[in-house]
Amino acid sequence: MMQRSPAMTAGLDAEPLAALNPVRKERTPRRQAWQRFSANRMSLVGLAIVALLLFLAIFAPLVAPFDYDEPDFTAAWLFPSREHLMGTDGIGRDFFSRIVYGARTSMAIGLSAQAIALVIGLTLGLIAGLRGGRVDFLIMRLVDAIWAFPRMLFAITLLTVLGSGFGNVLIVLAATGWIPICRLTRAQVLSQRERDYVIAARAIGVSERRIAFAHLLPNIMGPVIVAITIGVPEAIFAEAGLSFLGIGINPPVPSWGQMVGESMNYIRYYWHLALFPAVMIGLTMLGFVLLGDGLRDALDPRSRS
Amino acid sequence: MGRYLIIRLGGLAMMLFIVSVIVFVLMHLIPGGPYDESKMPLSEAAKANIMRSYGLDKPLWEQYLRYVGNALRFDFGYSYQSPGETVDQLIGRVWLVSLQLGAMTLAVAIPLGLLLGIISARHQNSWIDNLVTFLATLGIVLPHFVLGILLILVFSNLLHLLPTGGWDGPKTWIMPVIAYAVGPMGIIARYTRVSLIDVFGADYLRTARAKGLTEQIILRRHVLRNASVPILTVVGPLVPDLLTGSIFIESIFRIPGLGGYFVSSIFARDYPMIMTLALLSACVVGVAYLLTDLIYLVIDPRIRLQ
Repeated sequence: MMQRSPAMTAGLDAEPLAALNPVRKERTPRRQAWQRFSANRMSLVGLAIVALLLFLAIFAPLVAPFDYDEPDFTAAWLFPSREHLMGTDGIGRDFFSRIVYGARTSMAIGLSAQAIALVIGLTLGLIAGLRGGRVDFLIMRLVDAIWAFPRMLFAITLLTVLGSGFGNVLIVLAATGWIPICRLTRAQVLSQRERDYVIAARAIGVSERRIAFAHLLPNIMGPVIVAITIGVPEAIFAEAGLSFLGIGINPPVPSWGQMVGESMNYIRYYWHLALFPAVMIGLTMLGFVLLGDGLRDALDPRSRS
Repeated sequence: MGRYLIIRLGGLAMMLFIVSVIVFVLMHLIPGGPYDESKMPLSEAAKANIMRSYGLDKPLWEQYLRYVGNALRFDFGYSYQSPGETVDQLIGRVWLVSLQLGAMTLAVAIPLGLLLGIISARHQNSWIDNLVTFLATLGIVLPHFVLGILLILVFSNLLHLLPTGGWDGPKTWIMPVIAYAVGPMGIIARYTRVSLIDVFGADYLRTARAKGLTEQIILRRHVLRNASVPILTVVGPLVPDLLTGSIFIESIFRIPGLGGYFVSSIFARDYPMIMTLALLSACVVGVAYLLTDLIYLVIDPRIRLQ
């Protein structure tokens, strides 16, 4: 008997069946989600790219052969070679090491900006959706007001007020990044709060806070996770843009956007200084977007086209 | 219709007012002024003179009212970073370049995006569809400055076919337009594909076929007309974005357009220029949204005025 069809096994007891097929896997929600995720090869590519970037970011000191800020004036402007895989920059710093540390900057900015945005957006979204009324009105007007501004113009102006640097870039990106998460959370809460499980919880006297965090939150996390994977590359892109303009991350901390911006003056001669950071930014965006698409298929099946 | 227009224009004026207040407050929060020692070493007397002639010695609320009062009469003052030129002369000169770039980008992105979307939907789930969808995703995902750099490296450095930058003649237009158009093109292609596939499955299309209409008429009268509403929803917001210039594209290809002035005006504390640029982009966005809504009314009689 090679295969058991449902009709053949329908009359049998459950116990001998289990003995016949001891490794039968349960279709848990998590396993189903993984199956949906891995069904698309592109999402696996995205996962691999993001994993590689995280590896570079975490283990940068082990991967990078040189210090990212160690000038060597006898070895300036070198093209890629065996010793310097990506060449050296104008003051002889190993470009490969700077690219590796750039991954750390990008990931740190992207993930922490989104983490801050998540906390603010989730909290305000839950409050707006659950309380309703005047609180909801005020939060949503704040959301509208910030969203009406062009994001880049807002970021540039705010950064000029605050001054450049890692912390301020983070503040500026988080200041706009929480908006989509807040909107999404509120919409999800509105669609869930009249469901039976919430009414039941309220009927047996569960507190509003517990309803929000123990009952609603797990049920709305899927779309929120998807929104985060969209938000991370957006933050990384914004950081690259701001650093490109020279108002983002301060040197000597390497940032791909800053490296691209500096390379523009020499692009006709020293192509490697423009190519590698540009490719890294593109690769990062691609990785996160493919991962996000896969996660959307896996966690939010209704939105599949 | 008249009433609707008046309400919408009133809303636009309200938005411009709010933007003007916020931008005014934000730009005066930036430390330093346009005539600081580090920017322009002047004698005390000369500095005081300039400050007085531009009204910078007045209290802030009075400066704001003066700006708004003059702006209502289309007098936007003098630009600090380009002395001797009024703000509207300066903007008129540089915006023309950005408009040219934006118009060419739209002329490439919209027809090609539609075409790719239609091809993709016609051959749904075939290799052509997969290829187009992959390219569209790539176009949306890659930041346009990354694409611009790759283009320069290939076509200027490697092949020596095109100049690396500047803005004189068709040869300098090719790369910026491509780099700028690929993203919007991808977005339009993807939305066109999805909304066409939606329409292809609709009952009224089966009815149209059943009563013996030719494919030509079905495509023109039923498919494109119904698919155009969701497509318009994504094209509408793209237009003002493309018409107000890109900071990055203009910086990478050294194009003397409006984009660069968003940054340089803030650095130079060029207050009249910052205000006017913010109001201009808010205005372009508002008008584009209004026009989008009006076009909805024309192409879809089911949409009613509210």
